[in-house]
Amino acid sequence: MKRFRIVLIALVSVVLFSSCGYNKMVEMDEQVTASWAQVENVYQRRADLIPNLVNTVKGYAEHEQETLTGVIEARSKATSVNIDPANLNPQTIQQFNQAQEGLSSALSKLMVVVERYPDLKANQNFMELQAQLEGTENRIAVERRKFNQTTQSYNAYIRKFPRVIYAGWFGFEKKTYFEAQQGAEQAPEVQF
Amino acid sequence: MKRTIILLIAVIVSVTSVLAQIPERPQPARLVNDFANILSDGEKQNMENALAQFARKTSTQIVVVTVPDLEGYDRADYAQRLGENWGVGQKGNDNGLVVLVKPKVGNSRGQVFIATGYGLEGVLPDAILNTTIVNEEMIPRFKENDYYGGLAAGLNVIMDITRGEYTAENYQEKVNAGGSAGIPFGIIFFILLITLFGRRRRGRFYSPGRSLPFWLAMGMMSGSHRSSGSFGNFSSGSGSFGGGGFGGFGGGSFGGGGAGGSW
Repeated sequence: MKRFRIVLIALVSVVLFSSCGYNKMVEMDEQVTASWAQVENVYQRRADLIPNLVNTVKGYAEHEQETLTGVIEARSKATSVNIDPANLNPQTIQQFNQAQEGLSSALSKLMVVVERYPDLKANQNFMELQAQLEGTENRIAVERRKFNQTTQSYNAYIRKFPRVIYAGWFGFEKKTYFEAQQGAEQAPEVQF
Repeated sequence: MKRTIILLIAVIVSVTSVLAQIPERPQPARLVNDFANILSDGEKQNMENALAQFARKTSTQIVVVTVPDLEGYDRADYAQRLGENWGVGQKGNDNGLVVLVKPKVGNSRGQVFIATGYGLEGVLPDAILNTTIVNEEMIPRFKENDYYGGLAAGLNVIMDITRGEYTAENYQEKVNAGGSAGIPFGIIFFILLITLFGRRRRGRFYSPGRSLPFWLAMGMMSGSHRSSGSFGNFSSGSGSFGGGGFGGFGGGSFGGGGAGGSW
């Protein structure tokens, strides 16, 4: 008898879960996680470009030690902040944003300094790095936007009736957007 | 009263300019979309045929879009959004490519951007797009108002590089459904061979124009006898329209990769 009841409950819950959007919520939750991973991915890509960039610049601009050190420090700070997607909340996102922000401004300072070294600017390796850096900034913008889009559709989905009633029971909470900080929407200027 | 009307007009104009949107996906789907009217009909047709043939063979979809104005978007942003909205490339492979050109008109600078789908970022790194294709092939010709020449030169290099990346395998059904002749088994086998070869050599050995990679030269010889998707000299034109279009956009996705320039 007891067993029968368990089976019955299991059956009913299967029907309920699949019709009330539980699976869909799980799916969308995973999408948000995946797009956050993409965001971190492109930021990592930028961080990976930096050692190469610093080395190239160093060869031509030895007097800019201070700026270069600034970039390296900002990079290590930026790579040290990683957020577990399960732990996405306004504070952690803010923290992440700030660290990346620091790297962005250090990089833009470097790019200004580089202006004074025509030999460096004509260097093939440097030009390629510059194109890659520019491409990475574009990718960052795109992945941030995609993250916000998936977050938006997830939030809209769980907050609609009737899911708004029971989404919380299963631990589906509203998620935070990746807001641009002041001036963060401007990529570091790499125009020459 | 007059003032109110002027104000009203100003408001309407500003609102519509804010709402200005990236063009909708063309119906029926086209690969060459000359919204800026910088290509002649014949040039468009040639380019469309070459790109459609390339898409049928490799499943890689290259879209050329010219616009009179970027509507306030950054060129990279515009190209990425357009590629994503139209779904250029195959879903899953994300092997689409958008070539966006905004011609130089009066004081406004000319802009060009090549956006790569996720699946082409590996074979077409931003650095190659930037130096080899945009700066060496396209912009010098664009500067002389030779838009077709610049596009053709750039596209030829792109097609050469990407030819081996995806095969027509996953595209086969669509082509067959479209009623055109299927690709003979031998060619599929050859493309496979080229892919295997290309993967090993890609990138390192590439030096545009000067020395054609071996596998590429083989591919060109072996491809269709009519033309191999290259349209540098278009006197050959397109023999037939048997193949029709390219089967429509496949839902590819773009992650902001690519490079561009201005003149």
